[in-house]
Order: sequence, then structure tokens, then C-alpha cells
Amino acid sequence: MLFTLYLTIFALAIFIGFEIITKVPPTLHTPLMSGANAISGITIVGALIVAGASSMGESPFVGFLGFLAVTFAMINVVGGFAVTHRMLAMFQKKKR
Amino acid sequence: MEFLLDSRNILYLIAAILFIRGIQGLTHPRTAVRGNLLGLAGMLMAMAVTLLDWDMMMPGWYWWVGGIVVGTVVGYLAAKLVKMTMMPELVALFNGSGGLASMLVAGAFFHKLSGDAADPAIIAQAVEQGISTMDMAVIKDGGTPLQTYIATALSGIIGAVTFTGSLFAFLKLRELISGRPKTNPLLKLGNGGFLLLACIFGVVLVVWPEQTWAYWALAICALACGVFFVMPIGGADMPVVISLLNSYSGLAACATGFVINNTVLIVAGSLVGASGLILTKIMCVAMNRSLFNVLFGVMAVVEEGPSADEVYAGKIKTTSPEEVAMILEGAQRVCIVPGYGMAVSQAQHVVRDLGNFLESRGTKVTYGIHPVAGRMPGHMNVLLAEADVPYDMLHEMDEVNRYIEQVDVCIVLGANDVVNPDGRTNPKSPIAGMPIIDVDKANTVVVIKRSLSPGFAGIPNPLFAMDNTLMMFGDGKKAMLELLESLKEAE
Repeated sequence: MLFTLYLTIFALAIFIGFEIITKVPPTLHTPLMSGANAISGITIVGALIVAGASSMGESPFVGFLGFLAVTFAMINVVGGFAVTHRMLAMFQKKKR
Repeated sequence: MEFLLDSRNILYLIAAILFIRGIQGLTHPRTAVRGNLLGLAGMLMAMAVTLLDWDMMMPGWYWWVGGIVVGTVVGYLAAKLVKMTMMPELVALFNGSGGLASMLVAGAFFHKLSGDAADPAIIAQAVEQGISTMDMAVIKDGGTPLQTYIATALSGIIGAVTFTGSLFAFLKLRELISGRPKTNPLLKLGNGGFLLLACIFGVVLVVWPEQTWAYWALAICALACGVFFVMPIGGADMPVVISLLNSYSGLAACATGFVINNTVLIVAGSLVGASGLILTKIMCVAMNRSLFNVLFGVMAVVEEGPSADEVYAGKIKTTSPEEVAMILEGAQRVCIVPGYGMAVSQAQHVVRDLGNFLESRGTKVTYGIHPVAGRMPGHMNVLLAEADVPYDMLHEMDEVNRYIEQVDVCIVLGANDVVNPDGRTNPKSPIAGMPIIDVDKANTVVVIKRSLSPGFAGIPNPLFAMDNTLMMFGDGKKAMLELLESLKEAE
């Protein structure tokens, strides 16, 4: 039941994605890509849950995996948004 | 408890809406900065909502606090310190980082789930403590549903391929390994073989979830598959690969969402997946190549074309900066067509100076941007933006081709295949049908290039031998500097 619901959300989100991005100007291809890339860092939510709930009667192995996952997801999130912002700032300042 | 669960999902929903608005903003230059900030707001919100569930986050707080600190410092420094010209490499690395995170999350959850499912004591303890999110669904159903394991396998495979794929794309972009396309059949065999193995281990972990080793075997095979996936692909096809890997990292996050039953991951992940796929398609169209051919390193079958000597012999006219400066004196319209060579020699600032100088003398200057010039989608746009070239001076291929015949001088800077007239005129050429910027139709073409060596397509370019073409050999930046000096001297 729950799974079907998630599948519905998934399918609809895919369509929204296609709808939004069909007409991007080439000027913005790079920022769009790196901005979207930062959003894919949403896996940070999963990483946080894993790391937080880790010491529930199991070895530190899962906790350590969680630590690594949070670290890499955070690199993706922080780096992604920061670099996109840096790029877009360049696009902004050069209005004639 | 009921109320808490609900409010959390509402807040996740708001985060998802922020992501949608954010990506929407990124599709217009005017709203792009705001779009990116909306995306960031969505991300912070999703994280805050997760962390607010204190009962769940408490036990292993040191793990995630440590991860946030390390990740933030590394990510921020990388984004701030790396040179703008290294942008394609950096985006590839961030992308791989996200893929690896998805792979690790799925693995950690798999350990938790199969461990918990096997131990009723822990389940009882979890129920007692009111453990939330993913575990609730699992425990209520009296066991982990099959699709959770399938999603785990998918998340592991896609995440791992994204990671090593991006890493090797990075190595290729940095030219730490050769950027030439490789057609060795062993590479394809490796790609397919490891993917098949990964899928087999995937089946193992779905059928016998207590075999936790199966996940890591799957991960190792998928990691190897990612290496073999990128190895055969040539440097010129990197815009396609990077877009595709971008899409994968979204799909990996999406699969992770199915593992942990979290809607915000599903929504955000599929948005990124869809956007990456569209970019991939745009890049493929711009190269007139099918995705299949790009992925398997297939170049069209070449009938033994003319050798470089036959094409070039006796027909190449070289020129000097002084001569070009003189030609530019009389030019009213100038179009500059940059390629990867501009990125390599980091000539964008000098190009801007030259463009501004010509403009100040009343010459009309435009820049012709081919969609796949460079190593990532929109690469040239970023470089010229860095050099403060106003974006209304950057014209897309179709626009340039409409007025190219009225252009007096076209300066081709470090571009090759994207201006090869064979794409338009020679049906037997390996790049036949590839849309090009028709610089050969301009009055005079000045090609600035280090040598006559072929571009990534590996074929000679008849443009260089044309009557209206002048070759100016040298490093892009140095040549442009000399040209600018000659222009100023002639004043």
C-alpha cells in the first residue's frame, strides 16, 4: 500500500521534472546541472537517520557507515550549492 | 506521536515544493540565483526536520555531527578555492560524492534492517522506544517488505556506478588518464559483466536478506562497472556523460528514498533524475549521436577517409598577428567561436579584452557558442561569464548560422570538430549530420590552434584548407594577446 503510494509520487515527480526543464537556455546548462546535483544531495536525510539511529544494539560499523554517508552527502550539498551560487554570481554582475 | 509524524511529513512536503520551485528558478537567468537559494532552503529544511526527531537522532549524535562538520568544511573549501576553469571536474566530483553517500546509506540500512528483522528482541525494543520513520512501516508489516530490499539493491548499484563513473570522468577531464575514446571490446565485456554480477548479488540479497555480505559484493561489482562504463568514452563526449551521471545521482537518491520510505528523497531524487536525462538528450542531439553510441564508445564506421596530408597539402595558409590585426581593421562584424582550446589555455579574459577593444572601435562583436563546445554542458558560457562577457553577446549555434554569411571575420579559438564543414557536407564523414557552426561561410576565417592535429573525432578538418581560412598557430591565450597588442599598435 505504502509502496504504491511512493511509486505514484515517484512517477508524478518525474513528470514534473520533465515539464520544468524541457526549455532551458544553454547559458544555464552548467548552473542547472550543478544546482540539480546539489539537490541530489538530499540523500543526506537518509544519512542522518542512519547515523543517528546507529547505536541501537549493533556494532559501531553502521554508525561509521552513517558518518561516511553524512560526510559525502554533505560535501555534495554544501559544495554543490556554493559552487552554483558562485557561477550564478558571475552571470549576474555582467549586465550591460 | 501521531501528530509528530504528520507534521514532519508536511514539512518534508514543503521542502519538496522548495526543490521544485528552485529547479524552476534555475531555468531563467533572472531567477536563477533565487532558485538556487530556494533549493538550499529546501535542503536545510529537510535536514532540520530530520534532526528535530531528537529521540531518533540522539543515540549516534557524534556520528552525524562529525559528518556534517567534515563534509561542510571540505565541500565549502572545494567550492570556494577551486579555479573556475576546473568547474567540470569539480561538479563531477560532487556528483560522485552524492552517489557514494546513497550507496552507503542503503548499505547501512540494509545492515540495520536485516539485523533487526533477524532479532525479535531489537524489534521489541524499537517498538517500546517508539522508533519512527522507516522502522515503523517495517515493524507494522511484520517484516521488511520485498520492495525495500529491491530498492536497496538498486540504490547500491546506481550509487556505486555514479561514484566511480564520476571519479573516472574527473580523471579524464583532468587528463590524468587519456581522454581518447577506447573501443577495446574487453571494456564493454567488463561493463556488462560486472553489471550482471551486481544484479546477481542483488537477487541474492533480496532472497536471502540475512546475507549482509551480498550487499557489499554487489557494491564492489557496481563500482567496477562504473569504471568500465566511463573508460571507453572519449573526452569530447564528456558533456553527455556528466549529464547522465548527474541523472544517476538523482535516481540513486530516489531509490534510497524507497529504502527508507521517505517522500522528500523520492521527489527530489526523481526531479534531478529527470533534469539530468533531459540535459543528456540535449547533448546527444547537439552531437547527432545516439546515447547508445556515446555510452559504448562507438564512432560511426569510417570508410577510409582522406588522410590529413591529402586534405591539407599545400593548401594551408598561415598568418601572423599583424596581418590579422590589419584584416580586423576593416571588419564590421566579428564573430568569435571558442572551443575547448580556450578553456585549456584559459584565454577567456584576453578574449574579452579583444572583444571589448573591437567593440570600442565600432566593430560589432558576437560570440558563437556550440552546445557541446568544451567538456560539460554550457562550459563556454561559464568561462565567458567568468570573464564578464555580457550574456546577450553569446549567441547559440542556430542564431549564429542565420547571420554567419554577413560576418566579415570569424575567429575560431581552439575549436575543431564543432566547426568541421564535413558535418554538413560530407555524408561519408564519421561526424556526418552533426550540427556545426558554419564558420566556413564567413568572409574570412581565422583559426587559432596549436597545430593541425585532429580533434576528438580524429579526422582532418577541411575548413583549415579552405580559401577563406587563415591559420594562426600557437597557444590560444598567447596568440590572442599578440593579436590584441598588434591591434593596439596599429591604432
